[in-house]
Amino acid sequence: MTKDDADRRLDGNAAGGLLAEVFRVEMTTVETACAGCGARAPVGELLRYGHEMGAILRCATCDTAVIRVARTRDRHWLDLRGARVLRLDGTPL
Amino acid sequence: MSEGFVSRAFRGRRRNPELEGRLPPGQYATPDFPVLSAGPTPRTPLDRWDFSLMGEVDGARRWSWQEFGALPSETVTRDIHCVTKWSKFDTTWRGVSVDTLLAGVETAADHVVAFCDGGYTTNLPLEDVTDGKAWIAYEYEGEALAPEHGGPARLLVPHLYFWKSAKWVRGLELVSEDRPGFWETLGYHNYGDPFQEQRYQGD
Repeated sequence: MTKDDADRRLDGNAAGGLLAEVFRVEMTTVETACAGCGARAPVGELLRYGHEMGAILRCATCDTAVIRVARTRDRHWLDLRGARVLRLDGTPL
Repeated sequence: MSEGFVSRAFRGRRRNPELEGRLPPGQYATPDFPVLSAGPTPRTPLDRWDFSLMGEVDGARRWSWQEFGALPSETVTRDIHCVTKWSKFDTTWRGVSVDTLLAGVETAADHVVAFCDGGYTTNLPLEDVTDGKAWIAYEYEGEALAPEHGGPARLLVPHLYFWKSAKWVRGLELVSEDRPGFWETLGYHNYGDPFQEQRYQGD
């Protein structure tokens, strides 16, 4: 990771709105387990890249793309191959 | 079209006739060179960099950085078009034509998958990277290609949206079955012709 990268990327909280369009629940506090290294982290603490084309949320430990989500016109595309599990706490809506 | 009595001031930005027809639909021209990355910038030392041709070829080929730099190079000036709607005119690159890399290669493949440091991939028809349409570029505007723009080397396929011009490219895999890449599996168009405005699947 370089200073330039740190200047350009955001944390996963910046993808909260886009993810809420898909899940309809607050996603930034959902705990993820990285399929690459097993590290557990809330979505808000993943590292967000790919700002304008979509959200690429990477593991802060190993850079695996844990969640990939994009909006194309009236569709959303969601790739969770990098997430071993998502843990959603609280009472289902 | 009659301009009637509408004065020049009401017609908005003056158009440059030389640029007519060069701006694809839905794009705007910018002098800037925005950076869009799907991951952290890789920093592969040049003594550990190589470029590979693999897949359905009569024999895999590999060039070290030094060998790659000794290949015949071309300098090309092209317009580039990002799917996020900016276009940049007259960008000048130096690199090795994909035709040079494929010279003498026997293959039955119809497609290529560009693969990169950091795990990025993008897919293209073989005919879109041959006959003078694609390069592995290592200089931009006379300088070594900066890491944030894909250095030490990136694929340059200027007639398609710029996500096809994969940064940090390390090789091409020739395949007979098309294999959609990083953005192509996340809703973006499989081909990506900016003049057809092929941004997303279904366009």
